[in-house]
Amino acid sequence: MTSTPHLLADEVTVGYGRQVVLDRVTVRIDRGETVGLRGPSGCGKSTLVRVLALLHQPDQGRVSIDGTAVSAVRYAVPVALRTRVAALFQSPRAAADPRLSLTDLIAEPLRATRTPEAAVRERVTELADLVGLTADLRSRRPHAVSDGQLQRACLARALVHRPDYLLCDEATAMLDASTQAHVAAVIRDYQLAQQAGVLVISHDQTLLERWSDRIVDLAGTAPART
Amino acid sequence: MADLATRPPLLHVARSRLRLRPGQTGVVIAGLVLLTTVAGSLLAPLVWPLDQSAVALDQTRLAPSWTHLAGTDDLGRDVAHRAVYGLRVSLLVGAVAALVATVLGGVVGGIAGTLGGRVDRILMRIVDTIAAMPHLLLGIFIVAMLRPSLGAVIASVGLTHWLSTARIVRSEVLSLRNRPFIDAAISGGAGRLRVLTRHLLPHVLPRLALATTLMIPHAVWHETALSFLGLGLPPHLASLGNMINDGQGSLLTGAWWASLAPGAVIVVVTFAIAVLAARWRDRFDPRVRAELHL
Repeated sequence: MTSTPHLLADEVTVGYGRQVVLDRVTVRIDRGETVGLRGPSGCGKSTLVRVLALLHQPDQGRVSIDGTAVSAVRYAVPVALRTRVAALFQSPRAAADPRLSLTDLIAEPLRATRTPEAAVRERVTELADLVGLTADLRSRRPHAVSDGQLQRACLARALVHRPDYLLCDEATAMLDASTQAHVAAVIRDYQLAQQAGVLVISHDQTLLERWSDRIVDLAGTAPART
Repeated sequence: MADLATRPPLLHVARSRLRLRPGQTGVVIAGLVLLTTVAGSLLAPLVWPLDQSAVALDQTRLAPSWTHLAGTDDLGRDVAHRAVYGLRVSLLVGAVAALVATVLGGVVGGIAGTLGGRVDRILMRIVDTIAAMPHLLLGIFIVAMLRPSLGAVIASVGLTHWLSTARIVRSEVLSLRNRPFIDAAISGGAGRLRVLTRHLLPHVLPRLALATTLMIPHAVWHETALSFLGLGLPPHLASLGNMINDGQGSLLTGAWWASLAPGAVIVVVTFAIAVLAARWRDRFDPRVRAELHL
């Protein structure tokens, strides 16, 4: 049970004001495993992703990466630890800085961690090829590309640090079928190559069943709302 | 007929010569106006010196003519000549005061928005308190404390106009702080400083620049009001505010030109500044730019 490295949200409770969104939720994602997460709207799926991505401090409970408990969030988390978990959000529009070209968008995490420029360029080209961004698209800024193209860039950005865990929050919901399949394939390949743990949130039952090794139902763990 | 149809209109020729796209013509005109007026007012002491205290009582209230392009005022002084010098003062007061207000407002708003919590509440309550006082009254108080001078006028305008800037910056930072792209940057390993300089400030700066630029005309007006109350520049020194107020008396006698030139200068210069400010904002906001095809 404890042998496989894993990302764990242990008995996590989060509330906004008086409303409890997550009540003692435990989710475990093993390396190499795909966990599907489903639940009705507003049951705290996105909050759980933010907690797991070390972006939101839970009121109770803790997050651990490969057995190491992480009590800090956001800037306070050491960069080496932060970059091991990457998140892919539902809306690529909101998740992309509108000022950056797609190339700069993908390169940004590398530049933020002071990677030499030559290495940055090489890695960005590699990833842009992987997610299928044509050379013509790479110099454009977010407003000049479609949601699908932007989500591909966001996927490339999420993979840029070779994270051990990838959290996909409705990442394919806004995409057309072929883009959806391509994004899913890229994530699948990455997972196999890197032995990464993947969390997939989706309302699409078929997609969840086809993609996940096991499915966690958040509705079952959610409290009765007052 | 074919000749007429194929010959492009003059405006189009001018545009293509200057490689302008539609919508940029106004920007170029505004730029030229601003460049001319600023350069003119800067170079005036070298090219066209003015004795500020000189009067010519035999030439009072002359209508505009080739010798006096904008006429003369009730003391026989050339209105066009003084307007050039008035613009020097007004631009200086406007620009420096707007800069003071922007820096002050930007720092306070930035701290409040970034740190949030108690610091934010205390700072914004201070802003609310100062905003509750009439700012002209506060400005008069500041000038009275410092005694009327150019520096006092600048301080008076700068120290009373940073409040709106602080609010703008704070709300911008607050709305950006929890956006997913900031989350993504943090998740990718960016530190506080990088998020601030690379993702927050670039989004706030255009707004800030616009607020600063649009504050210049306001600052000029403030200088006018202070001059009118005898708290601005000494009356013999030409400032646009002093001149418009001096012109009031002449207006009643039918000498409308005494206020016209300084008034027109304010309108033209502030309009040119506003056009350029809008263009600058659009450059920073790619979405707007796409819609305007600039």
